Amino acid sequence: MTEKIIIAGSGGQGVMLLGKVIAEAAMKENKFVTWLPCYGAEVRGGTAYCMVIVSNKGIGSPYVDKADSVIIMNSPSLAKFEGRLAKGGFLLINSSLVHAQIKTAKAKSYPFTEIAQACGNIKTANMVALGALIAHRNILKEKSCIEVMKETASSVKKELIEINISALKEGIRLK
Amino acid sequence: MKVLISGNEAIAEGAIQAGCSFYAGYPITPQNEIPAYMSVHMPQAGGVFIQAESELAAINMVYGASATGVRSMTSSSSPGVSLKQEGISYIAGAELPAVIVNIMRGGPGLGNIAPSQSDYFQATHGGGHGDYRLIVLAPATVQEAYDFMSLGFSLAEKYRNPAMILGDGMLAQMMEPINIKKSRIKNQKYARPWALTGCRGRKPNIVKSFYMQEGDLEKFNLHLQEKYKTIEAQEQRHEGLFLDDAEIVLVSYGSMSRIAKGAVQRLREKGKKVGLLRPVSLWPFPKKAFGQIRVHPGGRLKFLVIEMSYGQMLNDVKLALNCKYPVEFLGRAGGGIPTEDEIIKRTLSLLSR
Repeated sequence: MTEKIIIAGSGGQGVMLLGKVIAEAAMKENKFVTWLPCYGAEVRGGTAYCMVIVSNKGIGSPYVDKADSVIIMNSPSLAKFEGRLAKGGFLLINSSLVHAQIKTAKAKSYPFTEIAQACGNIKTANMVALGALIAHRNILKEKSCIEVMKETASSVKKELIEINISALKEGIRLK
Repeated sequence: MKVLISGNEAIAEGAIQAGCSFYAGYPITPQNEIPAYMSVHMPQAGGVFIQAESELAAINMVYGASATGVRSMTSSSSPGVSLKQEGISYIAGAELPAVIVNIMRGGPGLGNIAPSQSDYFQATHGGGHGDYRLIVLAPATVQEAYDFMSLGFSLAEKYRNPAMILGDGMLAQMMEPINIKKSRIKNQKYARPWALTGCRGRKPNIVKSFYMQEGDLEKFNLHLQEKYKTIEAQEQRHEGLFLDDAEIVLVSYGSMSRIAKGAVQRLREKGKKVGLLRPVSLWPFPKKAFGQIRVHPGGRLKFLVIEMSYGQMLNDVKLALNCKYPVEFLGRAGGGIPTEDEIIKRTLSLLSR
């Protein structure tokens, strides 16, 4: 199994963090993983993206030319990355912020931002997307993602961990 | 212990674990996570972190700190490393150990911050003035970025010569799980009778790269040349893959070699006789490894050099092969990265000729 993933959105949507949670969870499952961020002059409001590869064998290039899965969190990212989907790849779209017509056959749209708001924190849209990704693609276990969340957030922010876990579970339920 | 860490952080942590206790640097993308990490962790480890006022100041601080016998380093990216060249030449001339990290970006000039292998010439064929050499190591994984720091310090001390770790923005920014285990590292420390530690009770030591008496500088240069010969004989490092029956050998270093390796594996799955030779030490260049590759009886042998530049290592490959075999080239620069598909296409076309 090798899954090449591109995650793209607006700076501040937690695109980098979403990639890092995938990477940490894959490491927990003893998989090979690489995480490569864009590191230009990205700022809040600009576009940000990262590339993650999860595999059962050693990974060559961390750079993803054609992705097996692309997660699109906002409109500008769709224009930039829809063409980077491999043939038969899986496109996952945040329909709260993307209203465009999708040409790709294998695409799923869910309102990640609105679901996150319902969970109590708009910033957890990235974790809703993570839930949807692992439900559709079966690349990681829910348990590993939750462990990573618990380790990532500091202990003073316990309530944040709970909101993130519920966001993840909402995402998993989307399938 | 397994941790998920970026190449930059691995370099910084690797240096601290190797006993580096002095870091001076000046910010520049894509290596900023090195000074950022150092600013927090170096003081915690009992060492000194200085954000210098310029690259020139930083390299000269390393020169001074190293003269006192402490493991010292600096890091920068291409334009910043150009600024450090005078100091690097002085450190080589004073025969001091130090590690200089260059996380290469696109050039020339201010260029951009994208991954590139723009500074091979500068790192391996001079850079600063005078007949000196740097020991140059090129990690290809985050694990190696970590491990090569202690290797770099060990070699620098063993030969009293500056060593360079040559990476690029891709290796520096990517995260990969690595094993952090102190015992696994070949971290050899050497006595420093030359260090300026206060001369009470002994003859004063002098650290300099200045020889005014007629004949002295030539004698010193001859001594350096002897040292470089020893390093060339003993410190060549490389990684080889499927070299026994290869009809075409891809030659690539650093991040680029990972992409080449991916292409080699895919081509092998198709039954193509493709191998990979990855120079790990760029100086000394692994000439012996090239000399050992033999053409298969009744077969043929070609080389394809792949770089994120327009052919800087290419000449060293041709020299190492003594023009015995055809050498082709594939490269992009300025942020362009040759892809697995491009490499496969080119390799197949070379095989069909």
